[in-house]
Amino acid sequence: MAQITTLIKRELMSYFYSPVAYVFIKIFLLSTVGTPFFLGNFLNTKQASREIFFLFHPWLYLFLIPAIGMGLWAEERNTGTIELLFTLPISMIQAVVSKFLAGWIFIGIALLLTFPIILTVNYLGEPDNGVIFASYLGSFLMAGAYLVITCVTSALTRNQVISFILSVIVCFIMVLLGWGIFANIMNKMFPVWLTDIISTASFSTHFNSISRGIIDSRDLIFFLSIIGGGLIINALILETKKGS
Amino acid sequence: MIEVDRLTKNYGSLLAVDNISFQVNKGEILGFLGPNGAGKSTTMKMLSCFIHPTGGTARIGGKDILTDSISVRKILGYLPESAPSYKNMTVLEFLEFIAQTRGFSGQEKSDRVERIIDLTTLESARYQTIDTLSKGFRQRVGFAQALIHDPPVLILDEPTDGLDPNQKQEVRALIQRMAEEKAIILSTHILEEMEAVCTRAIIINQGKIVADGAPQTLLTHSRVFNAVTLKLPHRLEDATTQSLLKLENVNDVKTVAPSQTGEDYVVQVFPNKKQDILGQVKDLLNSNNIEISEIYREKGYMDEVFRHLTLGG
Ligand SMILES: Nc1ncnc2c1ncn2[C@@H]1O[C@H](COP(=O)(O)OP(=O)(O)OP(=O)(O)O)[C@@H](O)[C@H]1O
Ligand SMILES: [Mg+2]
Repeated sequence: MAQITTLIKRELMSYFYSPVAYVFIKIFLLSTVGTPFFLGNFLNTKQASREIFFLFHPWLYLFLIPAIGMGLWAEERNTGTIELLFTLPISMIQAVVSKFLAGWIFIGIALLLTFPIILTVNYLGEPDNGVIFASYLGSFLMAGAYLVITCVTSALTRNQVISFILSVIVCFIMVLLGWGIFANIMNKMFPVWLTDIISTASFSTHFNSISRGIIDSRDLIFFLSIIGGGLIINALILETKKGS
Repeated sequence: MIEVDRLTKNYGSLLAVDNISFQVNKGEILGFLGPNGAGKSTTMKMLSCFIHPTGGTARIGGKDILTDSISVRKILGYLPESAPSYKNMTVLEFLEFIAQTRGFSGQEKSDRVERIIDLTTLESARYQTIDTLSKGFRQRVGFAQALIHDPPVLILDEPTDGLDPNQKQEVRALIQRMAEEKAIILSTHILEEMEAVCTRAIIINQGKIVADGAPQTLLTHSRVFNAVTLKLPHRLEDATTQSLLKLENVNDVKTVAPSQTGEDYVVQVFPNKKQDILGQVKDLLNSNNIEISEIYREKGYMDEVFRHLTLGG
């Protein structure tokens, strides 16, 4: 456990050493604030901006999370530090889990920083604390799922750009699966029950369900098992690829 | 301490390490030599549990690298080739990080880090980002990192690569000081370094061990080992050459060249079966009253042995 903490600390430090962290947080804040203001007013809906704020998270994460995660393993392999890491007395699982957790904590920090904004936005409305909390939880869990996919693609290659593109594609598919238009197209090709199964594998389906304010254990289990499964795949890939 | 048992590594169809076995005991400093691509680093990566062997195994301090790799890594200090490190950390942060992952905390951690900074003369670079260090300093950081837990087994892949002559000397001295209590494997391309530091050397070529022995023993493979070299102010007369050749253990007499100084003629007398013929040659020259400016027995040349063993020439 102490070793995991040490590894997480180093990883987090390396985020804040690099300009990527600050750029990420700025873009994240600007876009999370920007989208509800622009689109919220533009559409002139009665919906609280808060809902729109969360509505766009799947699309925001689509680029932001692969951007911060693409280097996680690719960089270690590129600079050779992976040889240092895996000759220290730490297990593969410890290494994989701590790298993931560090990234997740970092995203969590960025997400928390939006909290004052959300409060302001909701100042005039009637904020439903339960729904806000659920939305944050859903967003955080979904971010973990994006991140684990990026971890896997980052372990697959030394090249950060390839890792980025691969993970955007995979995450895009995971979001798209639950999208109405996509489901309509699929309904024409496949029986409805199959389309339903496919759309339950979508990030956005589960995220939307949580952010309505009802924390259903099926949604939690969905994201947590994506994360768990992803970490295992990540470990297996590294085990075979670390030396090449 | 280290028992390597038929270790093999394939990269696809390339046989990088081919069924090698050897042992290293406490107190030994084993030099790993061989041409580029011979399989030195690959062997060291397997011993340090970074890559899995295709076949065979090794035990380090009695622990198997395949079944008990965490225990092996605990007792091992490993310096990977070209000393990778986290470049955005300072030297101090990096060494503390390594100490922590090796299970040290609090005062003990600080003590160990301080001792190692002192030992590897990193004091002046303590707060510098590794990114901005010169190559030699980075190499020292890598060396420091491998020593922080005072491991009983050290595996060092080209530890003096990129160091200035003074630092090379210092690292060699440090390795020798530590040797008594440890089993050490180091790879190097510098033959003099191997001769100066190692108690034993293994030369590997295309994944196979082609020689294994003390540096002095390896030198006996040299073509000129125990040959007697004469420097003479005058050309050696044919009659003398003939009588040299008639000596019981003499095999050949060769005029090498007038030496660089331009003054002397240089002649080498080769023995049968590399026997010691210095006495015989001296006696003969004395009894014939031949003037010589220098006479000595050749110890052999490591570079020639190396070339011979790795090029088959
Ligand atoms: N990851 C890899 N994939 C494929 N081939 C590899 C890999 N690593 C090493 N090799 C090959 O294995 C052989 C042995 O390489 P190794 O690095 O062990 O040589 P070395 O003796 O350390 O050489 P050098 O003196 O140049 O450091 C080389 O032919 C090399 O190309
Ligand atoms: Mg090498």
